[in-house]
Amino acid sequence: MAKRVMTVDDSRTMREMVAFTLRKAGFEVSEAEDGRKALAALQAAPVDVVITDLNMPNMDGVALIRALRADARMRAVPILMLTTESEAAKKAEGRSAGATGWLVKPFDPEKLIDVVKRVAG
Amino acid sequence: MSFDHLRATYFEESAELLDSAYAALAELAEGRADAETVHALFRAIHSIKGGGGAFGFERLVRLAHAMETLLDLLRDGALAMDAGRHALLLRGADALADLLAAEKAGTGAPPGGEDALMQALHAAAETAATAPPAAAAGWRLRFTPRPALFRNANEPLLLVRALRRLGPVQVTADLSRLPPLERLEPEDAHLGWVFELQADVPRAQVEEVFEFVADDCMLAIEPLAGETPGAPAAEPVLGSEAASATIAPPAIADAAGPTTGAPQSVRVDVAKIDRLVNLVGELVINQAMLLQLGGTLPPALCPGLIAGLETLSQHLRELQEGVMAIRTQPVKSVFARMPRLVRDLSAQLGKEVRLVVTGEATEIDKTVVEQLADPLTHLLRNALDHGIEAPEQRVAAGKPRQGTVHLSAEQRGGRILIELTDDGRGIDRARVLARARERGLVAAEAELTDSEVDELIFQPGFSTAAAISDISGRGVGMDVVRRSIQALGGRITVDSRLGSGSRFVLSLPLTLAVLDGLVVAVGREAYIVPIAAIAESLRPRREDIHAVVGRGEVLAIRGAYVPLLPLHRHFAVPDAQPDPARGIVVIVETDHAGRMGLLVDDLVGQQQVVVKSLEANYGPIDGIGGATILGDGRVALILDIAGLGPAATTRPMPTAPHRAAPLQPALQ
Repeated sequence: MAKRVMTVDDSRTMREMVAFTLRKAGFEVSEAEDGRKALAALQAAPVDVVITDLNMPNMDGVALIRALRADARMRAVPILMLTTESEAAKKAEGRSAGATGWLVKPFDPEKLIDVVKRVAG
Repeated sequence: MSFDHLRATYFEESAELLDSAYAALAELAEGRADAETVHALFRAIHSIKGGGGAFGFERLVRLAHAMETLLDLLRDGALAMDAGRHALLLRGADALADLLAAEKAGTGAPPGGEDALMQALHAAAETAATAPPAAAAGWRLRFTPRPALFRNANEPLLLVRALRRLGPVQVTADLSRLPPLERLEPEDAHLGWVFELQADVPRAQVEEVFEFVADDCMLAIEPLAGETPGAPAAEPVLGSEAASATIAPPAIADAAGPTTGAPQSVRVDVAKIDRLVNLVGELVINQAMLLQLGGTLPPALCPGLIAGLETLSQHLRELQEGVMAIRTQPVKSVFARMPRLVRDLSAQLGKEVRLVVTGEATEIDKTVVEQLADPLTHLLRNALDHGIEAPEQRVAAGKPRQGTVHLSAEQRGGRILIELTDDGRGIDRARVLARARERGLVAAEAELTDSEVDELIFQPGFSTAAAISDISGRGVGMDVVRRSIQALGGRITVDSRLGSGSRFVLSLPLTLAVLDGLVVAVGREAYIVPIAAIAESLRPRREDIHAVVGRGEVLAIRGAYVPLLPLHRHFAVPDAQPDPARGIVVIVETDHAGRMGLLVDDLVGQQQVVVKSLEANYGPIDGIGGATILGDGRVALILDIAGLGPAATTRPMPTAPHRAAPLQPALQ
């Protein structure tokens, strides 16, 4: 069965680029535009990998990671942060909140596929 | 974002990446390269490949991959860059450009075009296998997770799987840290492993597998012993600090792509910028209207209004400049292609040529930059083919064997000057003149100044048939170059000394969207004359105006005759001043027809106008470059001086009677 990935980003462009790249590689991709919507959707239907932006309205990426790690069902879900280089401090915060790994925007599609495969197994 | 949109972004980005790849290759060829250059080249090719993969451009991906393999070896120092490998990579970049163009056009490139190249690339990469290996025959990894490893959902099993993708792996578990059961914390990591990876892969690739766990483990990577003489000694066990320092940077650099070290930027659709430019243009018009209205009110009625309006115009001008600046781009993107061209051509022609490029950072409107490539390429071809002599000839003439071509850009006032200077043989005026006479471009008895003779090379129909070669004699003449420069609102001039070289100067506007214009009145109409084209304006004396049979009227000015073009007649404007002696003559200079005098009723004033294109609705009109809206709301047509020329004068100009002074000002 195809692995399920959720991309969380307030930028539709970024979500669609991630979704497009991963669908092409055979993943099943869902989208959410902020942390709160992502959390609600994930609690209803978990996925195999979450890729999240950090800077988002309503619930930001770090808060989303904390919330997911606090939920027993999602403790072991790999979470990748999609960050810009200038967000080093945020990235460290995300790491300590429980993020599995990170990708840098703008992302290299091949690298994205590679990393998602690596953390999803 | 639609699929087409994504594709468009990809092609745009790939073009930029290719440009940076060419720039890196040029640096490598000129010995200006540093350690970062090969990395930059690798990243550019890698990014093109990455995107190509997403769109399923398989041939492109295969080719890029073959280039990457070679680059990887060069990057690791397993191979040294030499002329052969450099040429291969250049050919690779060209082939990528072709494949990209074909994919973009949706035609698909002719099959198998890059097969030979692929083979050559593979062969070049394989020579490294016989050279001392850069990577070990394998790697031993001692991996000891910290207890918190699992908290971030990192799974050692998946790391093993990722390693397996690189080659066969033997795993030995290290149970020494396993605590007694009663003290075992079930959510902590307690095991360690030793992996033996049998794969000839670069160390960086192994490190990348552990990218995300670097902070949460102890990791030691050493080459498998005994199989790699001369390989670096085993490194000591790295602490987490050191490990993250060695592992994280390549990942960041890689994903950041060619933008590393460049100023931060955003990618914006040109259409959005154009909308801004247009809006600012409307504001400028609005402000001009307000200013005019303000001028009609008694100042006592509205104190402060004029001062306020003036501040407004100041800010508006700044806003306008700021918005225009968004559209600008360094000329580097065009200049970067030139070293390549020079190298290829000089090899083909058996000449030794050095290209010196300066002012690459000069910025100019994006449209101008894009349309500069063809004329510049042509000029450069000409310089190498016709300008620079063969090495033996140069030596015989007492010059250095190697010719020099200097390409420079600089901003001067509101214009950009691009100069192409060569130290070749210069223009052979006797030959040019003979040729022009033969073609009927110049009357047999006409006396021409040097600069007039030089100008002849820009005449349509002046083919350099006597010197046709593979390189520049392809039916595209200098007249085409001049036309394309003129289409950009620019001018091109040449200055040459026999035996010591030629200099071509391109003068281009900073932007195509606004223009400094002189508003002139003709009847009840207003027209805009571009300031850049104006030499002077004057009220002529009656005795200076002469009628010439078949040529209309001419104006004598300081001993030279300038043909007159009454604008009211040209545009059929009623109620205009028909008598030149009661009107004003604006002397304009055209590139190919010399000077001419535009007869108008009056000068209204000088102002910056926003150019609105008419072409979309009316098609191109000779003599009209566009339209604008004046402060009082009237629409005024903007004159295209070059387009007016042929109607006013019957060429060839140099045969005009009684010519006492040159029509063209001498070039310095």
